[in-house]
Amino acid sequence: MAKVLMKGNEAIAEAAVRAGCLNYFAYPITPQSEVAEYLSRRLPEVGGVFLQGESEVAVSYMIFGAAAAGARVFTTSSSPGISLMSEGISYIAAAELPCVFVNIMRGGPGLGGILPSQADYFQAVKGGGHGDYRLLVLAPASVQEAVEMMMEAFPLAEKYRNPVMILGDGLIGQMMEPVEFRDDLKSEPAPADDWATNGMERRGSGRRNLIRTLYLVPSELNAHNLKLKAKYDRMRREELRWENYAVDPSIRLLLVSYGTMSRVCRTAIDRLREEGVAVGMVRPKTLFPFPREAVFAAARQSEVRAVLSVEMSMGQLVEDVEWSVRGARPVFWYGKCGGEVPTPEEVMEEARRILRETE
Amino acid sequence: MGKTFRRPQALAEVPTHYCPGCTHGIAHRLVAEVIDELGIRGRTVGIAPVGCAVLCYNYFTFDFIEAAHGRAPAIATGLKRVRPDLVVFTYQGDGDLASIGMSEIVHAANRGEKFTTVFINNAVYGMTGGQMAPTTLPDQRTTTSPFGRKVAQTGMPVKVAELLSALETPGYIVREALIRPKYIQRAKKAIRNAFTYQVENTCFSLVELISTCPTNWGMTPIEALSWAEEKMLPYYPLGVFKSPEGGRRSPGAAERSADAA
Repeated sequence: MAKVLMKGNEAIAEAAVRAGCLNYFAYPITPQSEVAEYLSRRLPEVGGVFLQGESEVAVSYMIFGAAAAGARVFTTSSSPGISLMSEGISYIAAAELPCVFVNIMRGGPGLGGILPSQADYFQAVKGGGHGDYRLLVLAPASVQEAVEMMMEAFPLAEKYRNPVMILGDGLIGQMMEPVEFRDDLKSEPAPADDWATNGMERRGSGRRNLIRTLYLVPSELNAHNLKLKAKYDRMRREELRWENYAVDPSIRLLLVSYGTMSRVCRTAIDRLREEGVAVGMVRPKTLFPFPREAVFAAARQSEVRAVLSVEMSMGQLVEDVEWSVRGARPVFWYGKCGGEVPTPEEVMEEARRILRETE
Repeated sequence: MGKTFRRPQALAEVPTHYCPGCTHGIAHRLVAEVIDELGIRGRTVGIAPVGCAVLCYNYFTFDFIEAAHGRAPAIATGLKRVRPDLVVFTYQGDGDLASIGMSEIVHAANRGEKFTTVFINNAVYGMTGGQMAPTTLPDQRTTTSPFGRKVAQTGMPVKVAELLSALETPGYIVREALIRPKYIQRAKKAIRNAFTYQVENTCFSLVELISTCPTNWGMTPIEALSWAEEKMLPYYPLGVFKSPEGGRRSPGAAERSADAA
């Protein structure tokens, strides 16, 4: 199929439809409202369900209900909206319901701003809602990658019966890039009759299904949490994704960055290399699970003096970088989080400064 | 002569965890009888609240979801929108529906979602230990209104049926009671009407049921029934507050017009 030029938010919406997800519930919030606007026209064309809920809280439970029926369903929102949905996300994770949440991040905390940010890293990968749960978090760095991750998110959610989050910054939603919707990423929904509350008559066995998250007996709750942990551990083994950029034995500084920020870092790395400064980057594509060993392996190379986390947040990604590097090299942080994206020049200057300091 | 009193197929044969004198059991049985009579057990999904009825799925024999506090109408919306062929009902108490879940129930009713809500109003939070609810009567003592509910500070009790019936969207909104056999017969008809409207894809339906909580009211079951009749019914009148065709199916229509006159 030929490439088409699309705005990120609309491409994400279309990707979900192409992936076979015809159910969408959402509440408007900048900078991702184009997803709802697009789907309010698109879903009726294909016999799907579009509903604008009364709040993000309600929307998260509409997702719960649709997923409980065994249907493919997703929503999109932005940072303050994801905070409101986080209660529902905890229940959905506890109930083991497959569905997809997209967070097109804006600056926080509070109302923050409407420009791009990566300040919801902790919220996405460390919890957000209450209790021990994890989301499988995919972080696209281009509109094309957002489309592909969106299409892959549904079978992944069904494989684990767990919510998947696409974590993109505002630029991913707002910029226009050429995209291709790959037919090979289409998939059929996984069978759900074993667990879905979709009416017992279709099962023919006389067995009813129950979806619950309350376990009053301590040993039962512990067993439930161990089952969830085994699932998250399996994600750690089977779903790790990252990309090494210019990581070769000569690098003296290793950058770690994801999403749009990583594209700025690529430009900075190219220019530093033109100056004769060898720098490389590990770009996590999954933020949970985090590519810890890949970062560790790149950081331990003999010429590497230091590791620099470059992020549009005030020191969130850097904590996982430090955890990955395990003290083998000094770890630095550089970032901005007001809606301004650090420029290649700023990243280059920070890289030069760190190399001078660690000489 | 055959057996004339049977356990509905939709009701499980298990011991109850509800307190002596609690009317949840009556509400459960009425719902189960209606589901049997309409022959919809195989395509019904119930949604339990947070509160004493959080475990109500233990008493029913069909698919069930346990919701978060107050969010049952949003879950019902998601479920029913993607599977309109299912029969979906929420079972909610007054803390769950009229306090933390007020937004969800109002908007679901206003969108005219085609599901049914069974709303238990016993004027108190039950499971958390008898705290004040939005439906607690003026001067009623609870564990968080130990000197009686002061309306100057906390407002008047919320009349859910009246509030929802003010919405312009068509719906079936009725209040009945579970405190005497004559009321229970009417409650059964109302629940049957509510489910029938849903099965016919007509409108949103809600049955508010005046109920008792002897434990948290600090009364014997008999005293609680009398208190509900003497104190609650004057403030919470029974009857059909709204119906999609102007009351033709109204079990309490006569009483309501009598009250009005």
